[in-house]
Amino acid sequence: MKTYLCIVCGFVYDEAQGRPEEGIAAGTLWTDVPETWACPDCGVAKADFEVVEI
Amino acid sequence: MTQSPTVILGSGLAGWTLARELRALSPSHPITLITTNAGDFYSKPMLSNAFALKRSVSALLQTTGQQQAEKIGVDLRAHMTVTAIDIENKTVCCDRAQFAYGDLVLAVGANPIRLPLAGATHVLSVNDWWDYAVLRDRLDQVAPSRDPRVLILGAGLIGCEFANDLSVGGYRVDVVDPGERALERLITPTDSAQLEAALADLGVTFHFKTVANAVVETADKRLAVTLANGQTHVADVVLSAVGLRPRTDLAAAAGLGVDRGVSVNSMGQASVPNVWALGDCAAYPGLSTTEGAVGTPRVMPFVLPIMTAAKAMARSILGEPTAIVFPPMAVRVKTPAFPLTIHA
Repeated sequence: MKTYLCIVCGFVYDEAQGRPEEGIAAGTLWTDVPETWACPDCGVAKADFEVVEI
Repeated sequence: MTQSPTVILGSGLAGWTLARELRALSPSHPITLITTNAGDFYSKPMLSNAFALKRSVSALLQTTGQQQAEKIGVDLRAHMTVTAIDIENKTVCCDRAQFAYGDLVLAVGANPIRLPLAGATHVLSVNDWWDYAVLRDRLDQVAPSRDPRVLILGAGLIGCEFANDLSVGGYRVDVVDPGERALERLITPTDSAQLEAALADLGVTFHFKTVANAVVETADKRLAVTLANGQTHVADVVLSAVGLRPRTDLAAAAGLGVDRGVSVNSMGQASVPNVWALGDCAAYPGLSTTEGAVGTPRVMPFVLPIMTAAKAMARSILGEPTAIVFPPMAVRVKTPAFPLTIHA
């Protein structure tokens, strides 16, 4: 499981936790997050996220 | 007695983010958000690279103001103009209503700087989704058959990003800047040279050390831009991207301290209690030098400082004084022709 950082605002998507409140189940891999998904904090697109080691 | 709400002025990223942070900390704290527009939520960073990605203007709006208000639990007062702030009576006066506040947060943003040139009414600028919709509408009106051209004033972040985006999108782009190179205040001369070369490959032409003097509509409904160096360049759209000026009129009229932006302390509090400023309208304390002197106030028109400040400010407003500590910031320049990250 990896984490991905929104390089615009700092929001972190954690694959292990997913985003259940948005219908993205815990354990959802980044590649399976819909391309239309946007950062829940600042709204930028999925493409503006980078993989990070935390 | 009911608790007076925290009243937020402005529905940009700063206003909505603060509302969300307040709600995350307190399920019941009353929040009123007043905005001149509908309060719709969008991502401003995505405006400057939406064209080449073929994102439609409407698709850039992510949530309506009403949806945002319901999701967060905010009393949204849309399409309302604030006329004055009455500090003594802790009241916000609008064109058709008044609102008492417990705390007041100015998140009113900034205005694009308009250069004083002849024919300025022909010049567009983009600092929000509504401006951007106008730009796209103008671009759509240009007949593709006639070598569509855009002239951009300013070779800073926004100017370079739009130059990249619109040249990929099929427009020939001229960029005019009084400085000597692209992103002059942000990157090294070597990086500037590489960025300029990469954009030149896309058909972007830079005109440095000069400014536009006049924009005149031509007989065939195009725009002729005369530069101080004597050249004239024809464009279908002229876009100004020469910087932002914090909106401070309301604050100044209310007697709040203003210096570049609305002056705030390390918690984001303005010069009187229970009034705060956040985002592009705020001027944060200058950095202390090694000699102990305090530098000039800082405006920080980026997303990350808004997020950081909103988190701390929400705590302070709810009674837990919290200093804003800005982390090291990396700003990615959205110029895919030569991707850059600036560390500030």
